[in-house]
Amino acid sequence: MSATLFTNARLIDPEALTDDTGSLLVENGRITARLGAGENASAERVIDCAGACLAPGIVDLGVKIGEPGERHKESFRTAGRAAAKGGVTTMITRPDTLPAIDNPETLEFVLRRAQADTPVTVLPMGTLTKGREGREMTEIGFLMDAGAVAFSDGDHVVENTKVLSRALTYARSLGALVIAHPQEPILSRGASATSGKFASLRGLSGVTPMAERMGLDRDIALVEMTGARYHADQITTARALPALERAKNNGFDVTAGVSIHHLTLNELDVADYRTFFKLKPPLRSEDDRQAVVEAVGSGLIDIICSMHTPQDAESKRLPFEEAASGAIGLETLLPAAMRLYHAGALGLAQLFRAMSLNPAKRLGLASGRLSAGAPADLVLFDPDKPFVMDRWSLESKSKNTPFDLQRMQGRVMATWVAGQEIYRSA
Amino acid sequence: MSFTARHLLGIEPLRPEAITAILDLAETYVDLNRSDAKHGDALAGLTQINMFFENSTRTQASFELAGKRLGADVMNMAMQTSSVKKGETLIDTALTLNAMHPDLLVVRHPQSGAVDLLAQKVNCAVLNAGDGRHEHPTQALLDALTIRRAKGRLHRLNVAICGDIAHSRVARSNILLLGKMENRVRLIGPPTLMPSGIAEFGVEVYEDMEDGLRDVDVVMMLRLQKERMDGGFIPSEREYYHRYGLDAAKLSLAKDDAIVMHPGPMNRGVEIDGEIADDINRSVIQDQVEMGVAVRMAAMDLLARNLRAEAA
Repeated sequence: MSATLFTNARLIDPEALTDDTGSLLVENGRITARLGAGENASAERVIDCAGACLAPGIVDLGVKIGEPGERHKESFRTAGRAAAKGGVTTMITRPDTLPAIDNPETLEFVLRRAQADTPVTVLPMGTLTKGREGREMTEIGFLMDAGAVAFSDGDHVVENTKVLSRALTYARSLGALVIAHPQEPILSRGASATSGKFASLRGLSGVTPMAERMGLDRDIALVEMTGARYHADQITTARALPALERAKNNGFDVTAGVSIHHLTLNELDVADYRTFFKLKPPLRSEDDRQAVVEAVGSGLIDIICSMHTPQDAESKRLPFEEAASGAIGLETLLPAAMRLYHAGALGLAQLFRAMSLNPAKRLGLASGRLSAGAPADLVLFDPDKPFVMDRWSLESKSKNTPFDLQRMQGRVMATWVAGQEIYRSA
Repeated sequence: MSFTARHLLGIEPLRPEAITAILDLAETYVDLNRSDAKHGDALAGLTQINMFFENSTRTQASFELAGKRLGADVMNMAMQTSSVKKGETLIDTALTLNAMHPDLLVVRHPQSGAVDLLAQKVNCAVLNAGDGRHEHPTQALLDALTIRRAKGRLHRLNVAICGDIAHSRVARSNILLLGKMENRVRLIGPPTLMPSGIAEFGVEVYEDMEDGLRDVDVVMMLRLQKERMDGGFIPSEREYYHRYGLDAAKLSLAKDDAIVMHPGPMNRGVEIDGEIADDINRSVIQDQVEMGVAVRMAAMDLLARNLRAEAA
């Protein structure tokens, strides 16, 4: 296979946290060298990046695809196209499908579908408990053999602490990563907003932000007890951050993520019951949003994900409390992240540390970086390009984006997986 | 005209002038309703549909009477027993309604925001007759009219709202309206029945009813909505009545000429002593019912005028 040289690129390096002009040499699907601005190398093919940003492709942890069960909401084909267009080169898919991915046979089906229909890398998760019911653990060993990279019950909390402690103990023996949704389940039951003035004015049942910390506190105690590898899918409140920090300082194998929506939107965006802004956990106060952005900057929160959750019109065009939760995000993750960059809150390298490097590291992948030896999973983008988001232009089957008709900046120009170009904008 | 909206979905978007305009017009309908020929023609030729997804005999009757007095063709649809039970969504209901060409749609729904959603999809004027825990604007307007007539003004009054604030759309609409008209609002109730974030509402919150009632001009009692509760908000009815029920001793702390209000239906002996409710010197509860019809006539009249102005 031939060598390709990406020249004149603004290289976003999340390991070194640098943002310099240079070139990248790719051979046989892998990055083989990085050259400074003045250096030169010969290659069969040269791609002039013309000063645009070249970053490691996004590793999106927690993508929901409607296969099996809800293909009318999202298929591997449409999600794959959306990912390519959004600069996402690896999708870590969620197991909260219908039926849930809780046995190796279902997982094999998913992998087969993914390989046939998506140009990006798909790594599936399996559920931690059968049917996500929180009663019996799944065949974690067999699921790992079949290719499961992590174990999660999605937004279902394993309420029974004994079940969770055994599942964590067993997972630890296999070195499996467990991803949980930290939330006190009884406090959050039936809630569709964060408690406070806004929820009260709208007459929506709210959950106290403290419920997230209570859930996290319990889980961390179990991690301390079992030694399991643990990731909190979304930490969205200021009150949960000290607990996370303590766990990390104590040397527990704990990481945390947050969705791009909780970093760029707050509860007031719900306005007059706009259900595209109904998420789980619900959008938070502006104070919480700022605290969480800061935590991404300091590295306390490790991972930014899209928490891509396709919902069709029938599930969203309902009174707010009856409507389904979730928003799509594969294609809007990068432009939404650019809001944080343009606001001066986070640098490009910091953003790609959270979107590419850290999720790859957490899952033991070689991607997510620009260093020699890493797979040439790359995204080329213009961080400044302005546009108005039109949800009908999105590739996802479901169009439930909260950014519809909003002005955004930052567009993906091209995406490569293992050196192969899988998307180029017109 | 300073009420120019297409719908009446809540008090929140109304400007004080709009509130005054509705109340001023309602005054004329109070007179009409007390006259021999209780009939106007402001809604003649228009179709009014009352759609109640939640039972309310009183509110529905009030809207029906208001529409009929102004000459509208009024139809009641009892939605609890209709196609909704067969799985029809609110959007489909809206599309069905559009085909019937109503002019005024009066909606009550158990979900907060459901009336807003419906209003986005129908081609007529929508009046919110109560949505979940969100708003009940005509109740707040009729309360305002009652207060204005009893006190001679609707500003610089001390108004205490007592009881289950957390589950009450009546309380929300009243807090908003009384605040807009520059009154001091006190909320009285156990902390388990206060909504979250209440400190940011620009009201004073009292857990002790005796402190809260001191020197108020208006005492507004709320129904203890037992059917709304998941359980465990208060220890028992009798302890609630002891601490938060309005009786003569507690009422004596208010101003001598303080009025007592209740949106009904009352739980006598739970939130209010029966004798106080019936005391014609203090209780304006019957007036509230009367003002309800007048305010709804005024609101529908103004919405119909706005519809015509829009069509012209």
